[in-house]
Amino acid sequence: MSGEPLLRVENLTRYYGARLGCADVSFELWPGEVLAIVGESGSGKTTLLNTLSAALEPSAGKTLYRMRSGEWRNIYELSEAERRFLTRTDWGFVHQNPADGLRMTVSAGANVGERLMAVGDRNYGRIRATALDWLDRVEIAADRIDDQPRAFSGGMRQRLQIARNLVTGPRLVFMDEPTGGLDVSVQARLLDLLRQLVGELGLAAIVVTHDLAVARLLSHRMMVMKGGYVIEAGLTDRVLDDPREPYTQLLVSSILQV
Amino acid sequence: MNAVASYNFAYLDEQTKRMIRRAILKAVAIPGYQVPFSSREMPMPYGWGTGGVQVTASIIGRNDVLKVIDQGADDTTNAVSIRAFFAKVAQVQTTTRTTEASIIQTRHRIPERKLEAGQILVYQVPIPEPLRFLEPRETETRKMHALEEYGLMHVKLYEDIARHGRIATTYAYPVKVEGRYVMDPSPTPKFDNPKMHRSEALQLFGAGREHRIYAVPPHTEVVSLDFEDHPFTIQHFEAPCALCGAEGVYLDEVILDDKGGHMYVCSDTDHCEERREAGHVGRQEAAE
Repeated sequence: MSGEPLLRVENLTRYYGARLGCADVSFELWPGEVLAIVGESGSGKTTLLNTLSAALEPSAGKTLYRMRSGEWRNIYELSEAERRFLTRTDWGFVHQNPADGLRMTVSAGANVGERLMAVGDRNYGRIRATALDWLDRVEIAADRIDDQPRAFSGGMRQRLQIARNLVTGPRLVFMDEPTGGLDVSVQARLLDLLRQLVGELGLAAIVVTHDLAVARLLSHRMMVMKGGYVIEAGLTDRVLDDPREPYTQLLVSSILQV
Repeated sequence: MNAVASYNFAYLDEQTKRMIRRAILKAVAIPGYQVPFSSREMPMPYGWGTGGVQVTASIIGRNDVLKVIDQGADDTTNAVSIRAFFAKVAQVQTTTRTTEASIIQTRHRIPERKLEAGQILVYQVPIPEPLRFLEPRETETRKMHALEEYGLMHVKLYEDIARHGRIATTYAYPVKVEGRYVMDPSPTPKFDNPKMHRSEALQLFGAGREHRIYAVPPHTEVVSLDFEDHPFTIQHFEAPCALCGAEGVYLDEVILDDKGGHMYVCSDTDHCEERREAGHVGRQEAAE
């Protein structure tokens, strides 16, 4: 991990009217680091993720991002054009439901190629070759390139969504319950794949999950949220093996042991 | 013919025409940009060219000569009715000759003869938004136009090639106007796209149901979108027109009998007639 962080979050707060979404969140994220945000349903995880990824405006606080140029920018002060460019080149967003992140009516190849075309690639042969390469990396057979995601299984869709996000070589990927809704064996494969890709590409990632096993496998650090606040943060192994907050202890002890 | 007493010149009232002219001026100032306007009910159903008719009604003057074509033909219902409409409500002279016309209202074709400076081509547009079928949200497509995010248009062309081995879009083929806005040239065959490029005539597009007007001023760059390794091409026809022998023109298939007999003839009827008058003869004509 290099000397300077990629993302610096300062006192990020988001209210929905008078209702609290998340409050006073501060942390730093380094290149190549995976941060998990865990907590029960309604604890503000997804609000935090959406605010971090600039899908929501914060009520207070800021998120500073180190651009490729090395310049630090508050992402909420970027112009809309800059922000949209950033989100489709330097960032990725993996939705829980692949249908939210994919274009279901165009082929897998076009799904992967869309970001390339969005940044100006106009060579069909090259786009297709890149798409094939990425399908291979996420273990989708090359002969499925012209099939629509509708014809894919849930696990394949999720892998396609990942390929689509990673094709422009982003530095930061947001994931909202990437393994939610998948059966256990597919989950395991997807986690393997994610772990491998994150390691290979040196991605930084912020993963929201309610599944502590996912956090344990994927992340280096984790934050535990409750009622909109981060109540405990630290190295994943430390938090899971030696939880300090009573709530975290409860959470960890509530995992079913088989 | 007597004027219809209860109607203003060219059917629309002056305030409406002024509003439409303002939209047209804005459209001309920003080539390819879709200007919203307050489209009026016209005495014809949507899909019959209510947008084009409103544009024509707003720009037509007493000395104009109007030509109306429908898929290139001067003699189809749509063309005949609109011509009759303006002859009645504006008492203007109408014609079928491309050269004589000062305003040509068209549904889905551009005349074969090169248009000249001073002529105005008015297109009837059903769906002005080129991104409509890729992104159904109008708020989003407007944003995409504003931010020049046109990658999605290429996704469509990519899909064409992936599915058919070539760009299979043959009409309403998207173009980029003056290097900025991506525009739907209305459902004209892509054969006509090159004619829009640096045309000497003013091209106005009216979409009545969708409340949009856009324009391509004379000498404006109009480039059809494509891939480096799959460049834009127009349709080619194997045989010349069966009636006038014209080559390099857009042809329509005409079914002759129920035994599979058919022939290809010019879609532009005026062009075909003119050539036949000049003594050109096609295969079919010669056989008779």
